[in-house]
Amino acid sequence: MSELLTPLLGKSYDGLVQVAELPRRGMITLRGDISTATMRNVTTGLTGTAMPGRGRVELAGDGMLAWMSPDELLLVLPADRVPRALERIAKDLASAHHLALDVSDARAMIRVSGADAAVRDTLAKLAPVDFSAKAFPAGSFRRSRLAQVPAAFWCAGAGDFGLICFRSVAEYAFSALSNAADPAGTVGHYA
Amino acid sequence: MLILTCPCCGVSAEETEFHCGGEAHLKRFGPDSSDSDFETYLFQRQNPRGVHFERWRHVNGCGKWFHAARCTQTLEIFGTYPAQTTEPPQALRDRIAEKRPGWTQESVS
Ligand SMILES: [Zn+2]
Repeated sequence: MSELLTPLLGKSYDGLVQVAELPRRGMITLRGDISTATMRNVTTGLTGTAMPGRGRVELAGDGMLAWMSPDELLLVLPADRVPRALERIAKDLASAHHLALDVSDARAMIRVSGADAAVRDTLAKLAPVDFSAKAFPAGSFRRSRLAQVPAAFWCAGAGDFGLICFRSVAEYAFSALSNAADPAGTVGHYA
Repeated sequence: MLILTCPCCGVSAEETEFHCGGEAHLKRFGPDSSDSDFETYLFQRQNPRGVHFERWRHVNGCGKWFHAARCTQTLEIFGTYPAQTTEPPQALRDRIAEKRPGWTQESVS
């Protein structure tokens, strides 16, 4: 089997904050009626997390469950568990209209970490989102844009943010983030 | 700069996170309609100076379509509402009528 590579080959940049590609993880996009008990049980069972509310993400260990839209969830779990997870979803949701797809290699996942205010400043340079600690506390999940490309952001904790974008624009997202984190570009907006 | 609130995911964001889909509540004329009805459906728009109902898509967000009512003259947003309707909600029409005395939806259509 071919060796599966992440789009940025694990690249990282150290500036005002650290911008680093996260290691390859399994990602499953799941659409359907996300309000049912069956949907909640199968998704939380696979990620080992709680069920996220609107605009929220739940993280636990190596699992993550994100609220993408009123009818879409994103499951993140170890990549080798994806085939079994898809089987499980197909079985448990057999009688419910749904769509489940392995998107692990369709997306890039980047971590932006460092001093909390500096991380928020860096992201706010690129997205039309209020990243203040009050408006975007830990557990927040928001789909928006990063400069000119769509991206989804979340806050895992103080100074610890993650984002996903399409694989085809990974290089662009990484460059834009690195540029925004240039040591000469201190803003101090959220300081 | 418009600030819209998506009724599907609850996010308030400025317009670059959205994409406008043109005038709302058009009556569609498809196969077997007259040429004149079809032409009207395709090309004829209100283009008012003032209250306008539009379709918007939360393109860089939840991806859903919804409706918005705004003033083309002042860029004021009167409100947003779900896509699954053929006409603006009464509460929204009342609010617009309050802000724009004399306005009725019939006055533009
Ligand atoms: Zn939305």
